[in-house]
Amino acid sequence: MSTDTLAPPSVGRDAPQPIAVPNDRSREDKIFRAVARTAGFVVFGILFLIGFFLLYRGFPALRDMGFRYFTTSGYGTIHKPYHFGALAQMYGTVVIAVIAVILGVPIAIGTALFLTEYAPIKTRSALIAMVDLGAAIPSIIFGLWALHELQPQITGTTSWMVRHLSFIPIFQASSPPFNGSFFIAGLVVGLMIVPIVASVSREVFSLAPPGEREGAYALGATKSQMIRNVILPFGRGGIIGASMLGLGRALGETIAVSVILGLDYQISPHILEHGGTSVASFIATEFGAGGSVGTSDLLMLGFVLFTFTLIVNLVASMVVNRSRSGKGVDL
Amino acid sequence: MTRPVGVDDLLGAPIEVHPNGNSAVATAPVRSDESLSHVVLSGDVTRAGPISPPRRTRDFGAQGVALLAASALSAFAVVWVLFYQLTLLSGALGFLICWYACFLAVFWVVTVQVVDRSAATDRVATTLVASCAALVIGVLLYIVIWVVLKGVAHFSPGFLWRTLADYQPAEGTALFGKVGVGQAIVGTLEEVGLAALMAVPLAFLTAIFLNEVGGWGVRFVRTIVTAMSGVPSVVAGVFIYALFIVPHVLGYSGFAAAIALFVLMLPSVTRTSEEVLRVVPGGLREASLALGASEWRTVRQVVLPTARSGLITAVVLGVAIAAGETAPLIFTAFGNNDMNVNAFHGPQGALPLVLYQNIFQAQTVVVQLAFTAAFVLLMIVLILFVLARLLGRRSTRKGGLRKLAKAPFNWAKGLVS
Repeated sequence: MSTDTLAPPSVGRDAPQPIAVPNDRSREDKIFRAVARTAGFVVFGILFLIGFFLLYRGFPALRDMGFRYFTTSGYGTIHKPYHFGALAQMYGTVVIAVIAVILGVPIAIGTALFLTEYAPIKTRSALIAMVDLGAAIPSIIFGLWALHELQPQITGTTSWMVRHLSFIPIFQASSPPFNGSFFIAGLVVGLMIVPIVASVSREVFSLAPPGEREGAYALGATKSQMIRNVILPFGRGGIIGASMLGLGRALGETIAVSVILGLDYQISPHILEHGGTSVASFIATEFGAGGSVGTSDLLMLGFVLFTFTLIVNLVASMVVNRSRSGKGVDL
Repeated sequence: MTRPVGVDDLLGAPIEVHPNGNSAVATAPVRSDESLSHVVLSGDVTRAGPISPPRRTRDFGAQGVALLAASALSAFAVVWVLFYQLTLLSGALGFLICWYACFLAVFWVVTVQVVDRSAATDRVATTLVASCAALVIGVLLYIVIWVVLKGVAHFSPGFLWRTLADYQPAEGTALFGKVGVGQAIVGTLEEVGLAALMAVPLAFLTAIFLNEVGGWGVRFVRTIVTAMSGVPSVVAGVFIYALFIVPHVLGYSGFAAAIALFVLMLPSVTRTSEEVLRVVPGGLREASLALGASEWRTVRQVVLPTARSGLITAVVLGVAIAAGETAPLIFTAFGNNDMNVNAFHGPQGALPLVLYQNIFQAQTVVVQLAFTAAFVLLMIVLILFVLARLLGRRSTRKGGLRKLAKAPFNWAKGLVS
């Protein structure tokens, strides 16, 4: 009787007991899961080590200068009294990154919109590949191009801006030359962050709910009205996150900036003027020049840059992840 | 109470064809302060007036092209007069920017006159978006072609295996018969190879943890991987310098460079390979588990073989990006004009370092050397990049999963979902 599974369940002592399905994983699987999880936490360990060792080796610089480290500029690390600090470098880093984001992000969003909404389906993947290629081109090549091709072309324009737009305070400049300016460095970095911002925006736009998209068309919206009223509002969080991700990249860009900028500790709001430096390019250019105190200064700067970019990137990924472009709102 | 409107009423409504057959919404007397949706929702469709024929929003036609060309021409004339005659603009770039801005304005005004307002806005927006993409792709192609043209002039196959050992800039262009970047190519290959050897297993394991194992810690580790992928390359360099070279654990060597590149490759390869694993259909896993296979066996014999082409693409892509990194090598490999095959001892050359050390020089011949090295570096990166895309395509043709091939390039998906 007990073999007939279709029989009505009996009651009492003869009732078949449920078979206990072994719920434990085999030892093999336990090891496998433990190894994989360990690998995940090794990644965390490496990130922690980066921060720890930069702070540990860079701390002597902070001890020598105290809080003045963040209000001084310069690299006087050979003779006492020491006179060095991170102010001009941090200022330059932020200015260049902001210029890069202002110039790069709108173009990246336009590119992403073109790739998701306008590009003919046949050429779309080829166009996407070309934009993605931009992320693979080494930054030294961008630097080479910027130094030998872009800069000679663009100084004419910047000197024109100085002459005719100097009623805007940031476009003032005391004197030529107009090469090696924050503006040119920001322009190159802006170009370099386009592929990454475009990639993230593309994913965000492609998540806009098709129901509302069709709905907008059904109400007679033109394509640009549909984009303005559906795609962009749904992707707003993602666009902000993508821009911050771009900002993070722009803060850390080293080679292209060091190729354009020289080495002076100018803190000036005039972005078209020659001069200025950034944390990353300062580290690369001054490496090996300042003795042991100089080395710990550079490592401290590395720690400052690491903290900057880590915070920006964490916030960015949280914003992108939270936006999700109205997932689940689909009508 | 309004009578419910049926299809018959709509069909019977007089159809008024706009002169251009191109009107944006309806030729109807809908007041501008009242959206069409409001009219439709109120049920009073007749108030929306006669229904215009459907407008194909992508219709551009000969008229559109003519408008575009005419606007471009008139803007050119206006800007030419304004800038060359009145303010003496130097540099072609500023002229192009002003021309473009003026063109958009003229184009909008003209389209408003000829078609209507919403079509004008739509066309200007389309032009703007398309020119963003054209600008980006144009500039990237410009860079690639510029480097190729500059670099190929002094390139010869011998440049790939000779070294910079007896490099005397005073010799002029005769130099190119004697020197090469062989030592830098060997260095780059060893450094990137060692980095990949260390990064790939750990990245795959982490990706497997994130996608196959799951459970406790996944969110945290994913956040860490994302944060780590934003660590600037210069920071990876100074980190290895602080960790190994300052306390003399390692000297300047290719291996130190490889560790720095490992730090940079790890998060990117993890993210791209996680994206690949996500594309593997869940049904395959379930089938394997239902047959009684352990989780480890499922991953080893079902998930990884299915994902193989995508994973290879992810690795090749990671290698391509690592090969071009310059900043971390300054602090670790240090650069070397002589051949040094031993990655574990002594400074080693690398292609990006050859570039970095030569582009600032004043002598033309040195800069030309940098251009030629840039050409070699760009070709290596391009070949790897194209290879990564072709690998995916081949597996697609064999009937593999189409999505797998593209997954590594869609790494940003992991950020938004």
